[in-house]
Order: sequence, then C-alpha cells, then structure tokens
Amino acid sequence: MIEARSLSKSFYDNKRGRISAVENISFTCQPGSIYGLLGANGAGKTTTLRMLATILEPTEGTALVFGHDIVEHPEKVRGSVGFLSTATALYHRLTAQEMVEYFGRLNGLDEATLKRRIDDIFARLDMDSFRDRRCDKLSTGMKQKTSIARTLVHDPPVMIFDEPTLGLDIMAARTIVQFIRECREHGKTVILSTHVMSEVEKLCDVIGVIHNGKLLEEGTPELLRKKYREHELEEIFVKIVTPHVDAEVA
Amino acid sequence: MSLRNIAIVYRKEMREALRDRRTLISTIVVPILLFPVLTVGMGYAAVSLIGEATRQPAKIMILGGEDSPAVVEGLKNTKNLIVVATAPDYVSQISNKKIRAAVEIPSRLAADGDDKRPVKIYIYAGDLKSASAATRIEKFFTEYRDTIARERLAAEKLPASLLKPFEINQQNVVSAEKVAGETVGGIIPYLVIIMCLTGAMYPAMDLTAGEKERATMETILSSPISRTHLVLGKFLLVLTASLVTAALSVTSVGVSSWMIQRFQDQTSGIHVKIGLVAVLSVFMVALPLAVLFSAALITIALFAKSYKEAQSYISPLMVVVIVPAVAAMLPGVELTPQLSLVPILNVSLLCKELIAGNYHWNAIALIFLSTCVYAVTALFIAVKMFQRESVLFRS
Repeated sequence: MIEARSLSKSFYDNKRGRISAVENISFTCQPGSIYGLLGANGAGKTTTLRMLATILEPTEGTALVFGHDIVEHPEKVRGSVGFLSTATALYHRLTAQEMVEYFGRLNGLDEATLKRRIDDIFARLDMDSFRDRRCDKLSTGMKQKTSIARTLVHDPPVMIFDEPTLGLDIMAARTIVQFIRECREHGKTVILSTHVMSEVEKLCDVIGVIHNGKLLEEGTPELLRKKYREHELEEIFVKIVTPHVDAEVA
Repeated sequence: MSLRNIAIVYRKEMREALRDRRTLISTIVVPILLFPVLTVGMGYAAVSLIGEATRQPAKIMILGGEDSPAVVEGLKNTKNLIVVATAPDYVSQISNKKIRAAVEIPSRLAADGDDKRPVKIYIYAGDLKSASAATRIEKFFTEYRDTIARERLAAEKLPASLLKPFEINQQNVVSAEKVAGETVGGIIPYLVIIMCLTGAMYPAMDLTAGEKERATMETILSSPISRTHLVLGKFLLVLTASLVTAALSVTSVGVSSWMIQRFQDQTSGIHVKIGLVAVLSVFMVALPLAVLFSAALITIALFAKSYKEAQSYISPLMVVVIVPAVAAMLPGVELTPQLSLVPILNVSLLCKELIAGNYHWNAIALIFLSTCVYAVTALFIAVKMFQRESVLFRS
C-alpha cells in the first residue's frame, strides 16, 4: 500500500526564486489496484512519484510505502519498490543479464535466489535470446523488457511507473501496458503517472487529477463520470482543470 | 557501512570501464607510451638532429684574408667546411641559410706579436647548423693560434708547456642518484602527477556526468543502495584508474630511465641512476594525491549535466595542477616547511628529493599527512555532493 500524507516539494531557482512543484498532496493506493496520477506536463506527477520512490526528499509531509516511511527509511522503501520511467535507462556496456543481476545484488539477493529469479523472469518475458547481448545493441522492445526485468528482479510489492510508455512505439507500449496489468493481477500496489487518456481508461482503478502541484480530484472512473456527467475521461479532466487554468490567467 | 554494496558497485563499474575503449586508452595506453616517447624518443631525435648538424658539410664565406693565404687554404681544407665565393650580401645569405657562417680575417693576422684585432665569425644565432659551422671555424683558429704560439716559443727556445702551465678538470663528487635528482628529478614527479590526474579524469566524468547524460542516474538512484555506498564504489573505480595510470607511468619511467642510463653510459662520463626504491617511494607519495584527484574530479564532474559540460569544467583543473607541478622544476624552488603544506607542489618537490636519494622523514610525514587530509576532505565533499538533489538533478 502507498499512503501519501501532505506531501510537498519546492525547489529553488536562481531566476524564479522558490518554486512549489507539489503542494500538500494526500492519497492512498491499495494493493491489487492501479492508481493513475493524471496531469498535464509540469503538473507535478514526476516529482510526486520521485518522492514516493525516495529519489527526491519531500520538503514537507511524508508517505508510507509498504509500511516504510519515505523520509525515515528511504533505503527500505526502495527495496520494496520497482521504479520504471523513460528516465530510467540501461547501462549500455552491460548485457541484459548483467544489468538485471546488478540490481538483484543491490537489492540484497543471494546468488542462488538471483539465478532462480533471473531464469524465471527471462523465461516469462521471453528474453533468453538476448540475455548475453549488450544493452546498447538491444532494440527498443528488448530494452523495455530488460527494464521490466530490472524492476521485477527483487519481486517488489509496490510498482511506480512514471509515464512508462512515453516515446515508445505501439508494440513496446503494449508490452508495458500488459506488464502493468500483470502487476495488478499479482496483487501489487501500482501507481502510474500519465497524460495519455487511453492508458487511463485501459488501466486505472482510481484516478487522481493533479494540476500545478495540487491534487484537484480523486475517485474511480465511474464515480468521476457520475459526478461530472461526462463519459469521456478527457472531458472530465478538462472540466476539473479548466476553472483553475482560468483563475491563473485572471 | 556495507562493504558488500560498495564492492557490487565497484565490480560493475570495473566491468564497464574494461569494456570502454576511451577509458582503456587514457588509463593504460597513454601512460605506457608517453614516457618512452618523451624521453627515449625525444632524446633520440635530439641526438640524431645534433649528430646530423655536426656531420653535414657547412657552406661558409671568408671575408678578407688576402694577406693570409695559409689561413684561407687551411679553412678550405678543413673537414666539413665548404668555402664559397666572397660576396657583399653575406648577412642576407646567412639570414636565408644559403651559407651557415662567415668569417672575417683581419689584415696582417698575427703578424704583430701583440695583435688584439679579433677574428670575427658571423652566425645565425639559435640555428644549430650555423653554430656547428662556427664551432669548426673556431676550432681551426684555436689550433692555428696554438701553432703560432708554439712556433714563437720554439724560436725563443722556450718550452711549449708555457702555453698551458696547468690543466683544469671538473670532477663530479655526488652519487648518480643525486645527479638524477638534479637533472631528471623535476620532470619525473611532474609527469607522474599529470598522469595521476589524466588517468582519473575520464572515468570520473563517465561515472557522474556520463550517467546523467545516458539517463542511468535515476535508475541507480531508484535502487536500495545508499548514496554514500554508491559514491564510494564509484570513487574506488576512479582511484583504481588513477593508480593504474600512475603505476604504469612509474614502470614506464623505470624502463625509460634504464634505457637513458645505457645511452648516457656510452656517450658521457656522467652517470645518472634512478633506483627502484626511489621509484616506489614516488608511487607511495603519489597515492594520497591520486585520492585527492579522484574525489575532486568526481565532485566537479557531478555538477555537469553532460560529458561535454564536465570536460569544460575539468579542463581548467589541468592548469591548477600543472602550475604547482611545474613550479617544482624551477631552479631555486626547494622544499621548506611552508611549501610542505601547498598541495601538489609539496608532492612534486618531495618526489624530486626522493629521486635524488634524500629521505627527509619529517618532510615526508608532513607532506603525506597533509595530502591525506586534503584527500579525505575532497572525498567528504564528493559524498556530500551525491546527497544533494540540486546537484544530481540540475536542470
């Protein structure tokens, strides 16, 4: 489970001064379901997920990830999380197997367990044909599978996906979408950030709409459809965000 | 402190480094080739050029000398001198290197017993072949002068030994190691220091700015390893590269100096020797300096967003290192308690002393400790920088 409690993050910029990227965000993600963080570019999605993955430290507030406090025990949190984004690339000079082994060892797996897990994951993702190929020689799809294997190697109960299909072709994106579904089926807690409405439709059990660092709305797709009397999620998103955009312009 | 995690990072970085051609060139190939090329190669080239200049016949011009036919004839018969026809534009011909020198013979040369008018040799200063021609002319006139003096002494029935009542002899009294300290003692530490820096430079950039550029920084930061262990693993790899480069440099120096020694034994009476203990001592003193360089380079390169940006930050560091390293080679700059605290300069001066076989233990301890303090401080800063989001995620 993920429980965000009044998470806030601000940065200092030499030209613009202090910038608030995320303001007082609270939400809960349950095991076996997918929470979709929906927002435009610069809304604060990546910052929120980076805080949950303990790559960034919150300025205020905290979150519990699989029972571990992100501020107090960041290393335990990272041990419970699989984090995948377009900014989490592979080491070019390592082979696919070496890449996954490296992260398995960093997650404290012993050699016997590591071998068993890698054999299992590589067979499941059909990666045996390129396990000894260097990552810089892999196709986009192979790279995605290697990244997935890297996030799965320690069998984390929580999965965090930051715009995971951004810039991918249809086949590579389908692999990712399928993988996210499987995570839910295996009872993992999944949080996903995106601005692609079709992905939200296909995957998310709960949606949180984020704009300018604030969580404006939260609920299941059905609940939001009823509340805003719209069927299309895109229309609902526009209805939620537009008053705030107008207020900013005014 | 988890040594296991540090070792995991170190092994992975080592594996990547060994697969990277640029790292292998900067860490292994350059230090092996640099010293032989600089010392043996350059030395051989210099000796060859000088030899060629002394062997080749040089065209010269004689000005005057109409009343000294024996002198003119003697010059014409001198080996490797070709006398060309006299012309008024001898300065222009020397400038254009058509002739190498011109010699002006005063009228009635040595006719009077007390003739003070000099024989003038016009040369192209700085030109090796012109200097070589002048030396041959000068040698001819010195022998001619001695002959005249001997003949005059003989005419007066006086012994020829009056010309040289005594001999002057220079005698080296210091050991071959001390000669090495004064002659090549400055250049060796300079090169070792530079190689320590250049060996660490590429891996430091690759493991920090390179990770940001290739978008693997966020991948590794999402793993459970602490940032302290991560930076220590990376630092150890950079340090290894620096030490390997330094060790190969020292080995290369050893082989090069052995070859120089063989060459010098054959050509001159001066004996230069760089002992194994001295070379190992230089390496030991370079150790904390390698730590300092590795940590400093990691810290600086971490600020950069790309490999190219890191290069622009690190290039000025070369100047910061070269200036004190060169200062140690300047005449008169010697190890003092104050200079023992100046980073890089202190190690450079100490290495010079070590190669000369001078082991001032108090200075060695002071320099080793002070460099260790600088190194630990730099490493502490590197660890702290790895904790800062503003540095890791600078945009």
